[in-house]
Parts: sequence; structure tokens; C-alpha cells
Amino acid sequence: MSMDRRTTIKWMLAAATAVPALRALAYTPEPLARDVAPNQAGYGTDPNLVKDWKGGDPWPLTLGVAGRLTTAALCDLIIPADDVSPAASAVGVVDFIDEWISAPYPQQRGDREIILPGLTWIDAEAQKRFGKAFTALEPAQRSAIADDICSTAKAKPEFTAAAKFFAKFRDLTAGGFYTTPVGMKDIGYTGNVPLDHFDGPPPEVLKRVGLG
Amino acid sequence: MGHITSGAADKNTYDVIVVGSGAAGGQTAYTLAMEGVRVLMLEAGRRYEPATETPMMQTNGQAPLRGAGTPEKPFGFFDATIDGGWNVPGEPYTSASDDPARQFQWWRARMLGGRTNHWGRISLRNGPYDFKPYTRDGLGFDWPIGYDDLAPYYDKVEMLIGVYGSNEGLENTPNSPTGVLLPPPKPRVSDLLVQQRSKKLGIPVVAGHRAVLTTRLDHKRLPALLHPGNAKAQQILAADMQKRSACFFATPCGRGCSIRANYQSTTVHLPPALDTGNLDIVTDAMVRAVTKRTDGKAEGVVYIDRKTGAEHRVKARVVVLAASALESVRILLNSGVANSSGKVGKYIMDTVGANFGGQVPLLEDLPLHNEDGVDGLHLYTPWWLYKEQLKGSLGFARGYHFEFGGGRLMPNMGTAAGLEWLDGGTYGRKFKEDARRYYGSFVGFAGRGEMIPNEDCYAELDPTVKDKFGIPVLRFHWKWSQHELGQAEHMQKVAAEIIEAMGGRYASRPQSGEKAIKQGGVIIHEVGGAMMGNDPKKSVTNSFGQCWDVKNLFITDGATLCSNADKNPTLTIMALAWRASDHMLSLMKRKEL
Repeated sequence: MSMDRRTTIKWMLAAATAVPALRALAYTPEPLARDVAPNQAGYGTDPNLVKDWKGGDPWPLTLGVAGRLTTAALCDLIIPADDVSPAASAVGVVDFIDEWISAPYPQQRGDREIILPGLTWIDAEAQKRFGKAFTALEPAQRSAIADDICSTAKAKPEFTAAAKFFAKFRDLTAGGFYTTPVGMKDIGYTGNVPLDHFDGPPPEVLKRVGLG
Repeated sequence: MGHITSGAADKNTYDVIVVGSGAAGGQTAYTLAMEGVRVLMLEAGRRYEPATETPMMQTNGQAPLRGAGTPEKPFGFFDATIDGGWNVPGEPYTSASDDPARQFQWWRARMLGGRTNHWGRISLRNGPYDFKPYTRDGLGFDWPIGYDDLAPYYDKVEMLIGVYGSNEGLENTPNSPTGVLLPPPKPRVSDLLVQQRSKKLGIPVVAGHRAVLTTRLDHKRLPALLHPGNAKAQQILAADMQKRSACFFATPCGRGCSIRANYQSTTVHLPPALDTGNLDIVTDAMVRAVTKRTDGKAEGVVYIDRKTGAEHRVKARVVVLAASALESVRILLNSGVANSSGKVGKYIMDTVGANFGGQVPLLEDLPLHNEDGVDGLHLYTPWWLYKEQLKGSLGFARGYHFEFGGGRLMPNMGTAAGLEWLDGGTYGRKFKEDARRYYGSFVGFAGRGEMIPNEDCYAELDPTVKDKFGIPVLRFHWKWSQHELGQAEHMQKVAAEIIEAMGGRYASRPQSGEKAIKQGGVIIHEVGGAMMGNDPKKSVTNSFGQCWDVKNLFITDGATLCSNADKNPTLTIMALAWRASDHMLSLMKRKEL
């Protein structure tokens, strides 16, 4: 048994125990992830703050080809291309999510335990409902699954854990996307430019709020 | 020009050793060096160069984890702090209790300039009540000085470092003299809405005070006011003031500032002090103890070179501890000096902290405009219920202020996260629309209040645990009183009322004081532990930070504070350090040191 396969099974078991509502997975076309030492070092307490960091710089990444494809499909379901900006996967959000779940810190290690089983679950769910991997589904089929898990408040009991996964995945996708140059422009951030003077809100803004 | 080295000090001919290089150490070394005193500064952390190391203009997309905080960089990747945080590897501290509510979290930064490189720059003067709290309500301790004693030093510090703000004449919220403060930045739209709606609730909202240059300092006028009769000091300071740029309204201040537009010791205090040639600095110098002469006076200090582990000793006429309140306490306890009162380590305080935020539909989808401004505290809410409090009608004895803010600030991991409570949980094009709609519509309030010193909050040496240098570490005891818990509850309740008055909503209800209050030390305003006073039996130092037991040993950091007003302590620490240094100068002139 290869290390990758063993790791996959370990995560499946983790999913079955730690997140009981996620069904055990019978089908794995390819391992989602490569093995990563759980105790790898972080960037330390004195990292270089002025270097332009890329995913994979601070620590080895986790996702294999299949995991990256599923992540990309899910990212783009949450943040697709529209008239304003491209889809999340077009601006490096897959790399970012991989970097996040590969980080050695408690928050990220906790999120990894939600994201990896979640990716496994969503592929299994696609197989169960439509007989295909999630990445091979039609948009309407992807939406059918997403509609069941996009609200933690409204999700049926059997989707509780999957909805938790989706909420976490959506937060990571949004954080990854809106911190990129195109994401910042899309959401309406116009700062981070040196100014001679700071003028405060323009008159039309004050008027809108009833302060003008 | 003084020099910055690591390892052994290359001379042993200094008048004064200053332990620490932050707000207190920086101010002490500055005042002394500008007046011709030869100073050796020892800093436990590494050398730090803001001009080349500050991530100016970087966006979160350029940082690991999009800049999110981690245990190694608690305030985010780009925060200026080096080798610091609530946990410093190899430098532990312990807690006497397993109960998180009774534990204290100790923030340290191991770098030249200490935490002044990353701090919030909020610079509020204590008012007259804040120096005589016991007289006012019978709780805590009076200071041996009053507001009028420190006012001239507040003036000086504000003129030196550059503080923006306005004079409002509010109760216990002192004005600065004309020509001292810089103009405050224009408020953001969310600030103005908070102000308008707070007014309906009878809550004042005025310009904040922060150590940020909204205009350049007046290098022709200020040096003569700060150093009367000292032509050399005036000349050095005037030259240095011209090297400080005004804020260009971009890049969060917590990263530090390579253009020197805000105060940090490394960009304001140390450069002119080094220019005098009277200051030398040794970095990576972890001070273990004050050494004593046979006559009981301080001889110098013993420190360990962080890089090599080698032990070095230096001597001087005067030793100043400015290592941060609790590190100075630790040095005193490890030295076995200045503690005939038994008060070293006693009455440590932090600021009471509770946060509450909401979302305001009126602020959704506003026309785009740049809201970066000076980063923090364009406006704030000073404490307003002095009269009710004096009558005892609030159930807690001391005040707090609100620091608040909103707007379309530089996107980070939180920017479009957790919107489900507002939009029900969406994805796709709808999610992108929601992200745009809600971005910039949130307003957060941080209540920051006065903690009353009590017998249950103290530090002592842990009987067994040592750090990686072999130096015994501090063990903390902590307990909030009903005054702090009541205050934290009030903070959340009032913040919720203001949000409601703006037509806003919040994800969860205000909490009880026990749940709302941040753990001790989390606000990083720890002071006390070597209180000043008039009585050597009940205090560690006199009002000049001069130890009663060891006349040539001074403490100029927050350890000597007798109370911890809601006003963030850094400005007061600098004013006290300048006053103490003036006193040292006069004693040295009279050959009494």
C-alpha cells in the first residue's frame, strides 16, 4: 500500500469519526493529497516581511492533482467569473487554499480536518447522485449539491457537517480571492495609494447616509 | 554618532545604563543623551531597521496565509513585531491557576524599539482624576503626583513624537496647549454616523489622539521649546525632524513606518539620540540582574548575549530599568534589590477590554472612495459618565472609552467571511454581489477601560521554571473584580445600543461581563508591579521612578504606575520617563548620583 493511499484512508477514517455525518467513501479515483509531515515548521517569528511570498514558499503543499481539480471546481462554484472579475481559480485561489490547509498552525490544522474530508465527501456525493466525479458534473448538478449545503442554518441534518465544510471553504475562497489585485478591485477597495491629503468621504456619500 | 553592536559593550565608561529600547527606554535615552549624558542601551532583541524592513504598500495577497495572524505572528504576518507575541519560544512564563479566567497573558517583543514598532499609536493624556483615584472613590491608590506635575511632560512628548487630536474641554480629558497637537484626520463616513447617532444617546464622539504626523513637524519652532538653551540638541532635533515625512494615508501603522510618519522608538527617539554621539546600543543583550556594589548601590547589570550565550557585565553610575513593566519586575526580583517594601510584583494591571460589532445597512453599497486615512482612531468616544459613576449608579467605579472603526479597509481573510448571518448563505454570482454589498458596512467597537489594582493580581518568581538563558521566569496570579466585569458588560451593552441607533444589527447578543472581558494581558497595557509613592514602606520608587532602597536605580517604564486609567498608557509612560530623566540630570549635576 502506497503512502498516499494509506494517508487517504487515514483521512477517510478521520472523517468518519471526527465528522460522523460525512459518509464513508467507497470510491477514490486518485488520492486527494500527498502526505505532509504534520509537525513541519512555520515561517518562524522573524520572517522576511518584504519578500513577495508564493504558495509553497513557507511550507510544502498538500493537494495532489485530483484534490486541486476538486478545489478549483468548488472555488469557481463559489466565486465564478462574472462581468466584474474572473473566477477564483484563475487568480491563484487553489494555491492559496492548499497553502492554508498545509500550514502547521492550530487554526489551519483544524481547518485541514474540515477541508480534506469535505473534498472527499463532495466527490462521493457527486458519484452517489450523478455517477461522476464532482469535477465532471454539469453546472446544474453542482448547484444541486451546493443548494443542500450552502446554509449551515437551513441544511438538513444529514448535511450538517457538509454545510460546515462549505461555509469554511467559502470563507477561504473569499479570503483568497478578495486579497488579490483583481479581487480587491472587484470588491471596491480603492486605497493603498499614497496621498498628499486625506479628504474623507465625498459629499454624495454623506448625503446618502443622511449626513450631508 | 553612537553605534549599535551585539555582544560585549566595547567601552565601560557610561554614565547611565538603560535596559530596554521601547517607549520608556527610548525616551529615557533620548532625554539623557540630548543633554550630554553618556548612555548605554541594552536591548534583549535583535537590531531592527524600519527603513528597509517595513512592508510598506504590500497587500495581504503577498503574505503567507493572506496575512492572517498565527501563533508566530499574532497580529498578522505584516505586523512589525519580531520574535514576539504572547508566547516567545524558549522564554516561558507560568500561571498559578489552571482557570483561564485567572491567567495572565504576557506579550513581549524581542527587537530594537520593542512594541513601539507595532503599537496602536493611541496617545491619550491621563486627567486629574486619574492621578487621585483613591481620593475620588476610595478605591486603589493615589499617585504621589498630580496632573499638573506631568502636564509639562505630556506637552513635551506630544511635541517631540507628533500627536494629532483636538481640544474639547471634556471632563477629565485634558486639552493640550495651543500649538502642541497636529490636526486630526477627517472622519470616515462610518465615524460620522457613529458620532451623529451617539449624540442622540448622549454619548460624546470627538477626534482621536494618535502619534501619527498628519502634517510634518515644525522643525523651526519645536526644538527650541523642547531643549531650551541647548543649541546642539536643537540642531540635531531640527535636522532629524526634517527627515520625518507626514503620513501619506496608506499602509497600516502596525507594520511600522519606513517614512517615519508615526512614532516608534526606532524612528523618533533613537536616531537623534544616536546622532549626539552619547548613545551606544547593544542588541541581543538579555539582562539577567542588576549587580550591586558593596555600599548597596547599583553597580551595573549582567546580561547574556542571546546569540552566543556569553555572559557580560557592564557598569555605570546609574542603572535605569525600562524593560517593560513586568520584565523590569522580573529583573528586580532576580536581582533581590529594591524590595524592602515587599511590593515588587504587586498590583499588576491590564486594561479592561471587550469588543462588540455590527453591520449597518445605511453603509451598504456607498459610492467607492478611499477610506484608508491614518489607519486607526479618526474619532473616538471618551468616557462620559463621570457624574453617574461618582453617584455609584453604574455598579462599577471607573471609566472606559470606545475605539471604533469601519470602512472599506484593505481586504484580508475576514473581508467577505461569515456573511451567512446576513445573506442566509450564498454562492456564485449572488455571493459576489453580497461581498460587494456588505464590504465596508461593518462597524466595530473596542471598549478599553480602567482596571483597579487588587491584591489578587501579582507576579512572583516561579520556584522552578527557568528560560533558555537559565533565568528564573515569572509566575502570574490574576483575578478581575466586579468593577472590571461590570464595566465589560456595560461596554457591550452600550456598543449594541449605538449600533441599533445607527439602524444596524449584530450577529449575537451582548454578553455577560465574565464572557465579554478579554483575558488579563490580552490588551497589552500591563503596568504596575513596582508602584511609585510617597512612603518607602508602601511603594518601590518615588515619583521619579527612583528606587527607595537603591538611589542610583531607576524604573522609567509602566511598572511604577499606581493606576491604569482607561487612557492607553504609552503616552503617560513617556511623560514619566522624561520627567524621571530630568530628575536624574539634576541629581547628576548636583553630584548626588
